[in-house]
Amino acid sequence: MKGRVWKFGDAISTDDIIPGRYFYLRSNLPELSKHILEYDRPQFAGMIAPGDFIVAGKNFGLGSSREHAALVIKLNGIQAVLAKSFARIFYRNCFNNGFPAIICDTDRLREGDEIELFLEEGEIANYTRKETLSFLPLPPVMKRILSDGGLVEHVKKYRDLKLTT
Amino acid sequence: MGMTLAEKILSEHAGKEVRAGEIAIVKVDLSYTQDGTGPLAVRKIEEMGFKEVYNPQKTVLFFDHASPSPRFELSNDHAFLRDFARKTGVQISEIGFGISHQVVAEKWVRPGTVVIGADSHTCTGGALGAFATGVGSTDAAVAIALGKVWLRVPETIRVVVESRLPVGVYGKDIILHLIGKIGAAGATYKALEYAGDTIESLEMAGRMTIANMAVEAGAKVGIFPSDEITRQWLESMGRPEMFQRLSPDPDAVYESTVRINARELKPTIACPHQVDNTKTIDEIGEVKIDQVFLGTSCNGRLEDLHVAARILKGKAIHSKTRMIVTPGSHLVYKEALKDGTLGTFVESGALITAPGCGACVGLHEGVLGDGEVCLATQPRNFLGRMGSPKSFIYLGSPAVAAATAIEGKIADPRKYL
Repeated sequence: MKGRVWKFGDAISTDDIIPGRYFYLRSNLPELSKHILEYDRPQFAGMIAPGDFIVAGKNFGLGSSREHAALVIKLNGIQAVLAKSFARIFYRNCFNNGFPAIICDTDRLREGDEIELFLEEGEIANYTRKETLSFLPLPPVMKRILSDGGLVEHVKKYRDLKLTT
Repeated sequence: MGMTLAEKILSEHAGKEVRAGEIAIVKVDLSYTQDGTGPLAVRKIEEMGFKEVYNPQKTVLFFDHASPSPRFELSNDHAFLRDFARKTGVQISEIGFGISHQVVAEKWVRPGTVVIGADSHTCTGGALGAFATGVGSTDAAVAIALGKVWLRVPETIRVVVESRLPVGVYGKDIILHLIGKIGAAGATYKALEYAGDTIESLEMAGRMTIANMAVEAGAKVGIFPSDEITRQWLESMGRPEMFQRLSPDPDAVYESTVRINARELKPTIACPHQVDNTKTIDEIGEVKIDQVFLGTSCNGRLEDLHVAARILKGKAIHSKTRMIVTPGSHLVYKEALKDGTLGTFVESGALITAPGCGACVGLHEGVLGDGEVCLATQPRNFLGRMGSPKSFIYLGSPAVAAATAIEGKIADPRKYL
């Protein structure tokens, strides 16, 4: 599915993605989701179309372990987050919730570009700039979690963790 | 080929030898959540269809972020968690009993164990020689339900700290210096393992501060060998039988080594809005402070309160600033009350709040307004963390906090010691 690029900088923390001041909304996810990345881009939730991409620089998702950061991204219809690098807890949280976090050279993607993600091929087609960006294949364990639809679905299926060969 | 501390502990818990880079499924000895991550974890457990948990005795739900609850929505979350605890028999640590990482260090964490917490500062347990790491609610839910977690065995960066710490320089300054040096992503996905004579003689409170901030360099764990100081700590907490000596193999393979000469360290400050934006106290210039906050899982221990109280004793807090002191746990609160430390703070004009995460979360007990500037002992200074996105957070040691409270601007504690 094609989607457009929303571009962010380096070191976007989970406090940026969903500020601590909305702590009290964590059990009200539809309401919490309205505040996604609002410090960096006021009213961002209203601008996102389903299938869009968040594209950022280094160390995306650093800080707090709040899984709500990954959840509000998913609930706003973002299909994947692309960054030069990710903080580890956030990275796991994305896959656990069934959507990918892709490490790639995001300097080659610009705000508003129309792109499509080909996970199996390890490629991103940029239709606006008429070029293809490749990325390293996902680790097998992440692929497995993703293909099962997230970690909850994986555990529902196996009643166990079946992630190593 | 020898093993790092991380490889040793994970091999033991995987039931086979595992090395850096491998994916391992490991037994979990202790799982916990806090009140901001617990409700989602419980919903995930229910979604997976589990009616019971793997080991209720080794599962703890902490109420520390909203402690006590400042909003009805959070009171409802608390009620939801208490109900889950009633149904499954898991342990509850109620409001006012303290920050998860402090309380598990007092009561549960043992050297050589795997600890999974739905809070990024779970890595604090590394001070006791545990492989303790923060995860999201789903991973915590799986750990609670199945008693296991999947982990990529991390490469290890060895941090060697040598020679004597100068007066007025503490564990907080060591870790701020390290993060300033390697950066906020300098140890992403990796383990930090500590060694050197400074580390060997560092008391448990300082080790916990250093381990706590491993995540601020992106690390999975910040782990210390288990030694005589670990034994003394466990004994002082009434559980000497849980001691186990643990050190890395002499021929363990490290990704890299970082060396720090403790003698050259100065009181260090992280400036807004990133933890790796560090300066020494000599470089900081004049920074007026509206609020000083002493506490958190980073620096809310009895030793931290003692350091600050020693500087504040008999002195008044500056008329243009305010100071909030939040003991890390019920035990810290009780001891500080008994030995007169809390009295010293009150005499100086500081406010004491209930044990818990307090102002660090931006939820209550010291929320910053537009343009306000805070000097805090907490581990994190991101934009808007303590309230207004137009406020500013500087991080420093408890000694810097006390000196700053006296002068109303970021101040060098060394002249008071």
